[in-house]
Amino acid sequence: MEDDEPQRGGGYLFYRNRREWADLEPVPQDDGPNPVVKIAYSDRFTDVYDYFRALLKNDEKSERAFALTAEAIDLNAANYTVWHYRRVLLQALEKDLREEMKYISAIIEDQPKNYQVWHHRRMVVEWLNDPSEELQFIAEILSQDAKNYHAWQHRQWVIQTFNLWDGELEYVEELLEEDVRNNSAWNQRHFVITHTSTYSSPEVLEREVQYSIKQIKKAPHNESAWNYLKGILQPGGLSSYPGLLEQVEELQESFSSPYLLGFMVDFFEDTLETNNTKCNQTETLNKAMELCELLAQEKDTIRREYWRYVARSLQSKYADNGSQ
Amino acid sequence: HTHGLWEETGEPGGNLHRHRENMQIPHRKDPGRVPGNQTQALLCCECLDASRPWLCYWILHSLELLEEAVPAAVVSDVCQFLARCQSPTGGFAGGPGQHAHLAPTYAAVNALCILGTEEAYNVINREKLLDFLYSVKQPDGSFVMHVGGEVDVRSAYCAASVASLTNIITPTLFEGTHNWILSCQNWEGGLGGMPGLEAHGGYTFCGTAALVILGKEHMLDLKALLRWVTSRQMRFEGGFQGRCNKLVDGCYSFWQAGLLPLLHRALFKDGDVTLSLSSWMFEQQALQEYILLCCQNPAGGLLDKPGKSRDFYHTCYCLSGLSVAQHFGNQDLHHELVLGKEENRLAPTHPVYNICPEKVAQAIQHFHQLPIPAQKGATACAEDQS
Repeated sequence: MEDDEPQRGGGYLFYRNRREWADLEPVPQDDGPNPVVKIAYSDRFTDVYDYFRALLKNDEKSERAFALTAEAIDLNAANYTVWHYRRVLLQALEKDLREEMKYISAIIEDQPKNYQVWHHRRMVVEWLNDPSEELQFIAEILSQDAKNYHAWQHRQWVIQTFNLWDGELEYVEELLEEDVRNNSAWNQRHFVITHTSTYSSPEVLEREVQYSIKQIKKAPHNESAWNYLKGILQPGGLSSYPGLLEQVEELQESFSSPYLLGFMVDFFEDTLETNNTKCNQTETLNKAMELCELLAQEKDTIRREYWRYVARSLQSKYADNGSQ
Repeated sequence: HTHGLWEETGEPGGNLHRHRENMQIPHRKDPGRVPGNQTQALLCCECLDASRPWLCYWILHSLELLEEAVPAAVVSDVCQFLARCQSPTGGFAGGPGQHAHLAPTYAAVNALCILGTEEAYNVINREKLLDFLYSVKQPDGSFVMHVGGEVDVRSAYCAASVASLTNIITPTLFEGTHNWILSCQNWEGGLGGMPGLEAHGGYTFCGTAALVILGKEHMLDLKALLRWVTSRQMRFEGGFQGRCNKLVDGCYSFWQAGLLPLLHRALFKDGDVTLSLSSWMFEQQALQEYILLCCQNPAGGLLDKPGKSRDFYHTCYCLSGLSVAQHFGNQDLHHELVLGKEENRLAPTHPVYNICPEKVAQAIQHFHQLPIPAQKGATACAEDQS
């Protein structure tokens, strides 16, 4: 490729050959005389970054610098130094932040698993103090990957910062309709309720318990639903919730799973812990131990070491001659 | 579950000789060419241009696990390169001339501790490193990853790791940090990247290991965390998933399985007398099977899952996980379980820092002979909010 001749009909020209950049001396990377972990940079990469380093060195704040950051980002969107510089320029040059939103949206669509792009978007949204596009944009990204961690992080930040709780529970339910195994959605459910109604009212707790059980019946081997059920009941104590054991035992026939059995162990453990005098402690302990052994031997053998530890712990803590 | 594969291939082969070949640090004598493999363009792609200290750490740690010596010339070259990655304002950057960032700082310090020579230790400007840590410290106890950057629990781990190894912890440096980390433990029992987020193996490891360094791991709900992490081992694959209902990935062999040694120690310190004396609380054999049978590239290097391509990150963390699965206990009480050939045995790794325990001890011994730098912390904070 002829790179030492003037541009003809739109071919790419290296910065080192652009007249309007002739005033700037490119700065090669200082890897030292004996470089290690060398990367095979393309010519274009070397050229762009040699000029980026030059701009950085001179602390140049110009349109051409701003334009170059986009090229540097295109070559390596994980270069947080370039992103930082771009933000400095956005402010120094008083660039149109709405245009920047369009730019960052496109980059995120292309590379949604990159830390820097989401952080950059957050900064622009903060400067604009305008979250109006966010929930829709994030939903669009989540429609391509419903578990993208950065997307969820950004979503929680937007909702919490700008108080956009309305409609989020509905959104979560939509996602759970599409995929009841989406653990990120279950987490968001917990996030929304914790920050709005909370789980302290009996009505909300009952609603959530019934919702969880309903989802369990749809997909009995869905660990997320079981974890959620346990997660919302544990603060108040599993054995304190009326009728819970009966509801779960009812599920045992057609909907048994290692998660159900584990839940029962947790239930019995809480019974022992709260010294629920309605129940015979020895009997409860034996039931719990039996389940642990069943899980270890047969139903959840990958966790054998763990279930045997749980059994030993229970024995040590609650057996008749156990001291504590 | 994987016994069918055993019958075809015989004993689970560590192709460790292949891994050793592939882990040579590309060096001036053969710049970038990995021995025995001409087709691999070079070490890695341009996308890692802001992560070069990571490459040093991933490769050096893999070599130390494989018990492969690093030639003295290479040791010195790595030191000099990392010195060029050090920022004049303290901390290490992803490459020469870039801004300091906690992740490459963590990687650089770990790499230098693996090298373990006077030259390596002397690369670190401890006074400036402390300045850098103060410059990214937030009022709520958390740390941003770099000035003007994002917050998440990785930063606390990176800060705690480098500060403890180099002996620069002042009374105020980690004020509030343990409480912030604790707030990342959620309803699932694991930790998310920030309060409110989904429990995730990488973040859970970072938060837990940071708390261990700060001596506050007992403040976690250890039982809930134990239940969460043991539930992340996949009953069919034997490897670990990063989050509930997601897929297995070889790198979680370390981030997740590596939590079990930390929890074992925490529970032990808490007075638990029912802990096993011979095994971690995960299925060690199944994890070794997953790594050896499913995560090896026949030409060397390790990977996420079958069908994925090899990379140095996965090589580091698959090997680290394999080491955790092979070695129970510590120097005093040690029990090995090496699946397959004896040559599959790797060196033990320290579950907090993920470098070999001798290197941790040696570094701590070296830096504790030096005084903690004077704290200029009161004035320093993120000066440029953009």
